[in-house]
Amino acid sequence: MFAYYLDLALRSLKRNRVLTALMVLAIAVGIGACMTTLTVVHLLSGDPLPGKSSTLFFPQVDPENPVVGGSTEPRPAMDYRSAMDLWNAHRADRQAIITSSPVKVRLPDSGQPPLLPSMLSTSADFFPMFDVPFQYGSGWSADDDAHHARVAVISADLNQKLFGGANSVGRILRVRDADMRIVGVLKPWRPTPLFYDPWSQNFSKSEDVFAPFTSSMEINKGNFQAYTCWHVPPSMGDLQNADCVWVWLWVELDSPAKVRDYARFLDDYANTQKSLGRFAVGSEHARLRDLMTWLTYRGQVPGDVRLQAWLASAFLVICLFNAVGLLLAKFLRRSGEIGVRRALGASRGAIFAQCLVEAGLIGLLGGGFGWLLTLFGLWLVRQQPVDYAHLAHLDTAMFLVTFVLAVGTSLLAGLIPALRASRVVPGWQLKAL
Amino acid sequence: MTIQIKPVLTALRRHKAGTVLITLQIALTLAIVCNALFIIHARLANLGEASGVDESSVFVIRNQWAAEWPTAQVDAQVQADLLALRQLPAVRDATPANGYPLQGGGWDNFVTLTPEQTQPVTDSAVYLGDEHFIDTLGLKLVAGRNFRPDEVMVMGTQQAITPSTVIVSQALADRLFPDGNALGKSFYAMGATPSTIIGVVDTLHRQGVSQWNKAFTGQSLIWPIRSADSRGLYYIVRAKPGQLAAAMREAPKALYAQSRLRIIDAKDGLQDYATIRHKVFDSDRGMAILMGIICAVLLAITAAGIVGLTSFWVGQRRKQIGVRRALGARQRDILAYFLTENFLISAAGVALGVVLAYAFNLWTVTRFALDHMSLAYVGVGVIVLLLLGQGAVLAPALRASRVSPVEATRSV
Repeated sequence: MFAYYLDLALRSLKRNRVLTALMVLAIAVGIGACMTTLTVVHLLSGDPLPGKSSTLFFPQVDPENPVVGGSTEPRPAMDYRSAMDLWNAHRADRQAIITSSPVKVRLPDSGQPPLLPSMLSTSADFFPMFDVPFQYGSGWSADDDAHHARVAVISADLNQKLFGGANSVGRILRVRDADMRIVGVLKPWRPTPLFYDPWSQNFSKSEDVFAPFTSSMEINKGNFQAYTCWHVPPSMGDLQNADCVWVWLWVELDSPAKVRDYARFLDDYANTQKSLGRFAVGSEHARLRDLMTWLTYRGQVPGDVRLQAWLASAFLVICLFNAVGLLLAKFLRRSGEIGVRRALGASRGAIFAQCLVEAGLIGLLGGGFGWLLTLFGLWLVRQQPVDYAHLAHLDTAMFLVTFVLAVGTSLLAGLIPALRASRVVPGWQLKAL
Repeated sequence: MTIQIKPVLTALRRHKAGTVLITLQIALTLAIVCNALFIIHARLANLGEASGVDESSVFVIRNQWAAEWPTAQVDAQVQADLLALRQLPAVRDATPANGYPLQGGGWDNFVTLTPEQTQPVTDSAVYLGDEHFIDTLGLKLVAGRNFRPDEVMVMGTQQAITPSTVIVSQALADRLFPDGNALGKSFYAMGATPSTIIGVVDTLHRQGVSQWNKAFTGQSLIWPIRSADSRGLYYIVRAKPGQLAAAMREAPKALYAQSRLRIIDAKDGLQDYATIRHKVFDSDRGMAILMGIICAVLLAITAAGIVGLTSFWVGQRRKQIGVRRALGARQRDILAYFLTENFLISAAGVALGVVLAYAFNLWTVTRFALDHMSLAYVGVGVIVLLLLGQGAVLAPALRASRVSPVEATRSV
């Protein structure tokens, strides 16, 4: 039966090519626009660490004193003292203290001009916590942190630039004026979004040099940059004693009980600091968001992208109305033919099914062209000068969604016209023939 | 020719589904098109923001030092560089700087009128430059005087200095001292000591263009400081009229001749203002183009929908048209009938669309912090859609008007 309906549908589509082309085109354009923007949203709102993100938390307290502008949320980082206090409490299963700064890097024996990558200053847990993949060697140990060891981990990119991609573990890297021993080389690693950095461009690259927080404080002293300050520091270089936010923490908490405990610890800390007069607000500005909640709060999908997705969806709805109107015209135009089929014994259900098969076929064709348009749309996105451009590719899931959406849309569009067509009264039509 | 509305309405009542669909489509299209036009206009307005800079002849060099020098040595090198730049035949003037207008983000300080004040009056972009800053950027000094060379201070790496003199933009002067005459008055920009206003320049855009900066548009200050940061600085250079290309070729060579121990990035180390403006407003331009495409395709699809449905109706009513023609209706009566029919449907769609457009706008205001839409966009959208409807219906309507009265006699 289905094959027969398909044959009927093909004949009907061929009969009025302009109308068919119009419907297929409208659905294709709607699907293309919708899928391009939805794919971008889907890619941008992805979980950077699936399976692990629910155990990673971003603790925040608000050291700003006085709080300027009546903000109800803490800054996305802390001053040095607060961060060190939380770090030294060791209340989490794993914890990483983090800040980032630009630094001059070169090989000790080369006459090449230095490179100016950014350096991530962190602690040993950073690598296992965030599942950072290593090509050669490994991260450093908690002992290295404690002893201000002059060790470094470098990115695959930097390893390629300096050592041509060879195993450089054990080699010496001159970071500003200090000699650091390379202990690990990462595999190409580009977490998207760059979740661990609270104010980088969301989709920028990760750092090229990773060094222990303790030793990089000495090496790159004076080059750390504050996100914001509420008092101008006595000396811009000495951020450790300044009223500026520039350091932050990530903690791993493996059970809900531990999360509750840590949240309480954070509240207590903020309240204590408030009673000491160091903070202006206490636990009201203390936050412990998990990774995905934090990313959502941060608004990792740019406003423009969300607006585009909404517009494209509205666009698809208009294309849907358009398709309903045209299908209605197409089906009712065949009232005579339908009348004959009904008179010859076809049930209402059969007419209904036949019409839906035709609508579905249009959807499939629209989906095919829509898929091509989506590929073109994503290619256009890749040409844009935005930091997420490189991400814009269609994955299998979104490829399937394209066709489900196209066929679903056209079936939905075919519903009312098919119902109307199946209610055609055979007698009237036969008389009119 | 009288336009008869009643028979049209009676006929439409027999085509409820089609009528409702076209009405909804027109309404939604209007809602989207109005808002898209509004967004396009807002973005294009951003593109044209005045920077105050003589953009046709100014370019910026991002100079990073490859060596770690003490402050005195960096400053000596900066002074030598500036001297070399200013002596180039194609160069009119040059200044050291910490940033430049339309950079896309940079240094800004909260401003208070007293040191104890905890809530700032406003926020100001901070530019550091020497006595050549105003001439190099091509700013217009509207009151007071320029810095004297002896007022320019040297600021080493990560040092914090608050100079006692400052030149402010007119926008900042007006914000701080609304009664006018800001000259000679002083304020605090996150420092312990005040800065006294010695000059006011007309327009000086901030470095940032983000939404956050909108509340402080055009509020900037210039401090007489020559940066001797061991990491690097910007040189802003103004070429002589018509010699921008030559100056941009000569400048890096002259700098490298002074010292090789510097990094001027091959990709964005050297940028003229056309590039800077293009880059900083890239996303705005992209959004405007995208909205434009969406509008065009949407209108095309709606027009196609109208053509399709009206063609179907015409086909369905050939016999009735034939009867009307046989009873004496002229061709233009038939034409007028279909035009009227479309106008009524469009009018209903447009009426609904205006409501939808405002609802959509309100939603974007709360959700995306856009502005409220002015009536003009809705007006333009309404006219465009009514014309589009009449245009789309014209071809099928003309076909209908050519139906011969003979059709009435066939197989009724």
